[in-house]
Amino acid sequence: MAGPTEPTNFFTAGTQKSFNAQLKKVYTWYTGGFLVFVVALAILEQMGLPRAWIGYIFLLATVGLYAGIGVMSRTSDAAEYYVAGRRVPALFNGMATGADWMSAASFIGMAGTLYLTGYNGLAFIMGWTGGYCLVALFLAPYLRKFGQFTIPDFLGARYGGHLPRSIGIIAAILCSFTYVVAQIYGVGIITTRLTGVEFAYGIFLGIGGILVCSFLGGMRAVTWTQVAQYIILIIAYMIPVVWLSVKHTGIPLPQFVYGKVLEKVTAREAQLIDDPKELEVRGIYKARADAASASLKGLPASFDDGRKALADAVEKAKADNNADALAGAEKALNAYPKDAAAAKAAWTKDAGVAARAGPPLRHAEAFPGKDENARDVSRRNFLALIFCLMVGTAALPHILMRYYTTPSVREARNSVFWSLFFIFLLYFTAPALAVLVKFDVYTLLVGSEFANLPQWVASWTRVDPGLLSIVDVNRDGIVQLAEISIGGDIVVLATPEIAGLPYVISGLVAAGGLAAALSTADGLLLTIANALSHDFYYKMLDPNAPTGRRVMVSKMLLLVVAVLAALVAAQKPADILFLVSAAFSLAAAAFFPALSLGIFWKRANKWGATLGMAAGLGITFYYMATTQPWLRGVFGVTSSIADNTWWGISPISAGLWGVPLGFIVIIVVSMLTPAPDRETQELVEHVRYPNLTGDTLDTRGT
Amino acid sequence: MQLTEKQLEYWSKNLRLTGILLFIWFVVTFVIGYYARELSFNFFGWPFAFYMGAQGALIIYVLIIWYYARYMNNLDRVYDVHEGEDE
Repeated sequence: MAGPTEPTNFFTAGTQKSFNAQLKKVYTWYTGGFLVFVVALAILEQMGLPRAWIGYIFLLATVGLYAGIGVMSRTSDAAEYYVAGRRVPALFNGMATGADWMSAASFIGMAGTLYLTGYNGLAFIMGWTGGYCLVALFLAPYLRKFGQFTIPDFLGARYGGHLPRSIGIIAAILCSFTYVVAQIYGVGIITTRLTGVEFAYGIFLGIGGILVCSFLGGMRAVTWTQVAQYIILIIAYMIPVVWLSVKHTGIPLPQFVYGKVLEKVTAREAQLIDDPKELEVRGIYKARADAASASLKGLPASFDDGRKALADAVEKAKADNNADALAGAEKALNAYPKDAAAAKAAWTKDAGVAARAGPPLRHAEAFPGKDENARDVSRRNFLALIFCLMVGTAALPHILMRYYTTPSVREARNSVFWSLFFIFLLYFTAPALAVLVKFDVYTLLVGSEFANLPQWVASWTRVDPGLLSIVDVNRDGIVQLAEISIGGDIVVLATPEIAGLPYVISGLVAAGGLAAALSTADGLLLTIANALSHDFYYKMLDPNAPTGRRVMVSKMLLLVVAVLAALVAAQKPADILFLVSAAFSLAAAAFFPALSLGIFWKRANKWGATLGMAAGLGITFYYMATTQPWLRGVFGVTSSIADNTWWGISPISAGLWGVPLGFIVIIVVSMLTPAPDRETQELVEHVRYPNLTGDTLDTRGT
Repeated sequence: MQLTEKQLEYWSKNLRLTGILLFIWFVVTFVIGYYARELSFNFFGWPFAFYMGAQGALIIYVLIIWYYARYMNNLDRVYDVHEGEDE
């Protein structure tokens, strides 16, 4: 199997059993080594190593490590390149899937979302874990038995012809590309934070880090770096939370004790909602927002009136010979918007502070809303979002592809368990982290004096006012909750400092975020490159291409796609978070009905699948394009959002329409057209049984 | 090829288990989610629905997958459709 150019090292195997034992040894030593490395850096920090150096060392050491694994895993064998030789044991495939799955959004953004949205944010926690039940029950074991290289492979074989495969290729690229752009963006941000280089350089440094992992060794290299990345990211996530838990509860198991902290937060919320000082600050915001809205309504006359009033004040001060008043009035006049357009922008922004005039949200309250109807819409969207995220999880090609890499169907089943277990470790910690940070902010920061802010607040307001800014709106010298403006990402990024840990842990957290973003980007890039090289080039254009050339084409495409994604990410596209979530709805609608019916319903045929995928994808995209502000702009949709919204569902959950429609179209069209031939039916039987006596089919890819 | 009686039975057992586990998954996620406002009694400090969303449902998901893998890996042997040892 391994040609003469293949290297011999940890990642080349003898028997499966000795390979397992060897991997366990290697990664145990690796974990120990990494912990020693962090401790050594902590000691160096105490001895006076500057912070910038710690950032550089973390970046170079971790990326160098990934590169090392990538080089050791180089290969030009097709099965090694596409599916890591199908020798990845369940436990390790679980860790690799965990890293593949948890992106920068999970690692950095999730706890922040929970902090900002309370109960409703739990849709992401449930949606991004419960989807694995669908993977386990409907897809993973069967795809493993099928045993080729990509998801379009299955569609092509099951439904026959190039048409279903082509739609598969398009859908795989559509959802993976939007997703990978977001990862590379995240890599750029973290690299910038770790080293202080410019964002564009950060992106290209990151791209280098991604390519060294995947370029030489494809899936094999990606698998073994992802395992390494999982270990770093889980250590990085746990240390600060455990520390913060000790600070507030005295117990180092945050996941089991934060219920009590949540009770205290809830009591504190009740206090803050009626606190007179809080009401005063919210009143000031309300007045400011109302004034701005009134001026906006009165445009363009209000612009001239406003300027005239200020100009009159200047004249009056001159006439009175009052120097102080004159200086103030002139300053106000200079600060006034230069023209009506500028005034509109400024006032729109001011009217936006209305959001800060409302009372703080109750963290534990499900579906808050001003009346029964609003609560109902909130609940509907909560459940719809969970549905889309779950079905999307069970349809994203870069995740499903990982279950091709296990040695057997049995190991594929076990592997889904390990995947969810390793993901669960982070996901059941995130809600605890959000509550602990909230407790810290509500009890220690709120009520403190402006002259005497906690250390972490002072440093973060300086670093990035978008993440944290506090203004003494009512000038009483005391921090009110309403005076704090907080960005979600700070929850994870600042936790080490909130918990009072040394800077080396902040570096560790950034390295963890980098690992999360790099590992996901690796898996996605490989998916896109494989869809183009394997499915499009080899299966459709040149089925006689020799193995060497196929792998070569794949590597070249990987390079091209990576550069393209980096170029898009460097533009800092506006609605990046929306794009990530949209990928789930699109994948759900395009893949899930065709894949699951392909296994569970023999009667599903080519035309049903083709039209079902197209219809599901089409309606999902249509709903997004008519209800999502940015996409409406792109497609020039002018009818009002409310007219295009069905049942109050947000565009992020458009898959709620696409998935059922996909199922219906596949079923109806399949029933109206001839049943699939005998061969296809045998293929379905073949994938249903791990080992079927008398079965002569062999679908394994080579 | 024609599937034997025994092989068909294997598949129907698989379908039944898949159905049962899917039902549990559905109740834990969507039924409890739907009644989240009503299910807010105190559960070791957490409101019950919050606990389920943040932790309880996740634990059940892990158990669902664990049980499925265990049961099916065993069923493969009982119905003699299992793979070779070192494949």
